[in-house]
Amino acid sequence: MARPPQRDADVAVVGGGLVGAAIAWGLARAGQRVVVLDEGDVAYRASRGNFGLVWVQGKGLGMPEYAAWTKRSSDNWGQFARLLKEQTGLDVRFSRPGGFHLCLLEHELENRANLLARLHNQPAMVKYDYEILDRDRLKTMLPQIGPEVVGASYCALDGHVNSLQLLRTLHAGMQQLGATYLSDHLVEHINVADGEFRLTTRHGDLRAGKIVLAAGNGNARLGPMVGLKIPVRPQRGQIIVTEKVAPFLNHPIVTVRQTDEGSVMIGDSVEEAGWDVTVGTGVLAAMAERAVRMFPQLGRLNVVRSWAALRVMTGDGFPIYAQSERCPGAYVAACHSGVTLAANHALVLAPLIAKGSLPAEQFGGFSARRFDVPAIA
Amino acid sequence: MFRRLPDADDATIEVTIDGRAERVRAGDTVAAALFSVGIESHRTTDVSGTPRTPYCMMGVCFECLVVIDGVGNRQGCLVPIRGGMRIETQRGKREVDQ
Repeated sequence: MARPPQRDADVAVVGGGLVGAAIAWGLARAGQRVVVLDEGDVAYRASRGNFGLVWVQGKGLGMPEYAAWTKRSSDNWGQFARLLKEQTGLDVRFSRPGGFHLCLLEHELENRANLLARLHNQPAMVKYDYEILDRDRLKTMLPQIGPEVVGASYCALDGHVNSLQLLRTLHAGMQQLGATYLSDHLVEHINVADGEFRLTTRHGDLRAGKIVLAAGNGNARLGPMVGLKIPVRPQRGQIIVTEKVAPFLNHPIVTVRQTDEGSVMIGDSVEEAGWDVTVGTGVLAAMAERAVRMFPQLGRLNVVRSWAALRVMTGDGFPIYAQSERCPGAYVAACHSGVTLAANHALVLAPLIAKGSLPAEQFGGFSARRFDVPAIA
Repeated sequence: MFRRLPDADDATIEVTIDGRAERVRAGDTVAAALFSVGIESHRTTDVSGTPRTPYCMMGVCFECLVVIDGVGNRQGCLVPIRGGMRIETQRGKREVDQ
């Protein structure tokens, strides 16, 4: 009897964005033979349109596991950036100087304080410090603020990174570790047979022992092929980028940050707009106006780019991580925080996928089964 | 490097370039005026600090960025020079306050 030809990979990762590339890097580092199947240039590419925060404060109201997972990734980020630099020589410019959420009205600050109090009062909430700052205290830490800023919340764990450099570095790193990257390989279909996965693309089939669905909003289409329901939808965010200026803002603000190269990014919009990635001057104007009230110096700067990109939003905003029960070996990772969570995806999630299971005590809450609760009649 | 066309008007105005008083031709752009007094590198780049010289002189290449009357990142090739202007070649990034 002829032996079947060798599989193309131990693991096929579907999606070459930040989530897929971080997992692929971690899998390759764990000694797995990895193939990454990516879309072509027509892909929506949340990974090339994001804001670049590595953000902790305010996350996890309704799911303390997400708060703990986020903090853990933030804590892992320094090591992650060091490992990438040692391996590839590329610096992703991670820094964790502490971040602010600025408020322009008294009631905004009140709401912010209430939200964070509720978040941190949850049973089983991970412990970390945050502060609500009045204008005087804030001014000593952030003297650039404009006269309308009434206060802020602050968390020393918040940071940021050059997220385009991160994507490039992960791609370089995973390929140096032996992973194969295939562009223009949209996965059309997935078949499960003889204990392995066959992924159909326009360039032919690939066979892998395991698969990881990390295709962003494409996961909604792919999941059911391997018995996973993955309810994700696009949520539009718009971003403004200014010309580069000498460093003047050394802390990231949740809606404004100065990049390592000097550009100022402004972005805080959330819109349900389907797959529409056009920018709207109304939203951009509102974003710019708020940013200038926070930092009046910004009003002098020229805008050089603006764009819209699509977040990968689950039903409750929290990530989905699971292994399929119907097709063991098929995993999903879907989230809108591909930058913040990259360290965990690479250093925690990938090694577990390599070993073959996601421990229920740690990942049970992240399963998409939480969306199956029947409505009460 | 540059020579005037023979039909050019010779009227001049006084401006300040990198702190020095200079007489330049009225009607020139800021970038042309800098060339006319022998300044070839009008800026250094904002990330690596490499010296650059204007390339297109028509608003496309952004290699002519200078500080005009205290405002950085102005495209010298698109700004007509005026008497009394203070022009500085730009070193690296502009400042947010100027």
